[in-house]
Amino acid sequence: MTAIEVRGLCKSYGSVQAVRGVDVSIGEGETVALLGPNGAGKSTTIDMILGLAEPDAGEVSVFGGTPTAAVDAGWIGAMLQTGALIRDLSVRELVEMVASLYPSPLPVAEALELTGLGELANHRTQKLSGGETQRVRFAVALVANPKLLVLDEPTVAMDVEGRRSFWATMRELASHGRTILFATHYLEEADAYADRAVLMAHGRVVADGPTNEIKARVGTRTIKATLPGVDLDALRALPGVSAAERRGEAVVLSCADSDAAIRALLRAHPDARDIEIAAAGLEEAFLELTADGVEASAATPGEDLQRVASGTGVA
Amino acid sequence: MSSLAYTRYELLRVLRNRRFFFLSLGFPLVLYFLIASSARHTTNLAKTGISAPLYFMVGMIAFGTMGAMLSSGARIAAERAVGWNRQLRISPLSTRSYLRAKVLTAYLMALLSMVALYVAGAAEGVSMSASHWLSMTLLILVCLVPFAALGIAVGHVLTPDSIGPAMGGGIALLAFLGGTWFPIPSHGFLHDIGQALPSYWLVQASHIAIGGHPMGTKGWAVIAAWTLVLAAVARRAYRRDTGRV
Repeated sequence: MTAIEVRGLCKSYGSVQAVRGVDVSIGEGETVALLGPNGAGKSTTIDMILGLAEPDAGEVSVFGGTPTAAVDAGWIGAMLQTGALIRDLSVRELVEMVASLYPSPLPVAEALELTGLGELANHRTQKLSGGETQRVRFAVALVANPKLLVLDEPTVAMDVEGRRSFWATMRELASHGRTILFATHYLEEADAYADRAVLMAHGRVVADGPTNEIKARVGTRTIKATLPGVDLDALRALPGVSAAERRGEAVVLSCADSDAAIRALLRAHPDARDIEIAAAGLEEAFLELTADGVEASAATPGEDLQRVASGTGVA
Repeated sequence: MSSLAYTRYELLRVLRNRRFFFLSLGFPLVLYFLIASSARHTTNLAKTGISAPLYFMVGMIAFGTMGAMLSSGARIAAERAVGWNRQLRISPLSTRSYLRAKVLTAYLMALLSMVALYVAGAAEGVSMSASHWLSMTLLILVCLVPFAALGIAVGHVLTPDSIGPAMGGGIALLAFLGGTWFPIPSHGFLHDIGQALPSYWLVQASHIAIGGHPMGTKGWAVIAAWTLVLAAVARRAYRRDTGRV
């Protein structure tokens, strides 16, 4: 069964087109990362999936019904991107209050245990640190015992230890057959914790596929070198190189392993010059994907990304 | 899916917010003692037939309970500002249960404010029969219904920054025009304006103490009209308010 089915979703705020034609289908039990830079339209898409925003065009269904029906049935637990807690309750009381709203919640003690809040249970919500607040918000999402867990940039404001234990908990939850959708702008988080990544940029889905392929696709680094007349297919065959393209006299290699790639490149083409190696931030990688989407998908027909959308057409 | 639990925690939160609690109860009390003590022996205030301690007791009740009802707006605005309202929207909590919790919390504060002023009034020499105390209380509670709706409406429209001045100014104006600070003349411009406001009828409740029937068709019509209009506004404000603040 499909947990989330999104078709032709569009949403504008004033003159800003936040989401411009998104299609995504997420099966029950999948863990999917919604990956993209700030302003890609991730949060707006999530708002529409949760029924917090009404699409201008397109359709959203959650477990076969409307988002509102899924919310009313208590099937969704969510941690929204922005948010603090209401004051004048203890952590336990707040989680109890939320638990009381759902038809079959987790035991409050279990939700507190899973999120490492046991020791903070009696603290007032207004006295917590940023990371602790995030954990309480996670507990609030979890205690719903939801079929679908939606997390919008959940690890923001968490320290390293907080992140580690957060994702450990998430793994455990995912293994129990829950559907999990989380938004992040960290490629590493998507790679480590999701089966599948949906890449968004400028309000569109730019790529959608298994995370290892997405990782190879956006690469971690790019190598740029002046190398006239070289055969691109030969470059693509080099170890560590996931994509290659020409820009005038230069070539740009997207590399999953730039160390291996640069060694191989220099062995094969000792005449390469003006070499630059840069860490491709997601932003750049996405811009690249959006700009060269058609070309890239045509150049790599064997690649089994489910979808590489065109950057120029409006879906 | 017990919405009663939600209401219970909401009440708990109000009672725990000490500064809010004592300020909102204390301010009308202090004003009452200041005004009523100086006019303690006035038995027929501005030819209303009502003693000054009684008139101002009900006047300050109107002032205090309006504030208590509208303070639910301040709490709602604060919840929206931290994104909690959106968190509630993605839970199965029904609109009805949510609004009921907000209204009940507001009424609890209003009742406490009323009881405190009754005690203060009695200390200043106000006395009436038990049935008069009771029917006056019921009448005030009914006349507060439009203010419950107003509190919810402003809470979902204004931000925590703007709600303070809006409420302060709004309550001062409604209290002034309703006759909280001095009896409204029995005819003329102020009288006409006052009669169209729910706060006027709130203050008129003091007539019960001297055996009068303050409301009449006009009073009920005004309260009903404001209730209908403000409830519609509150519902619309709540429905539209799902975005990030």
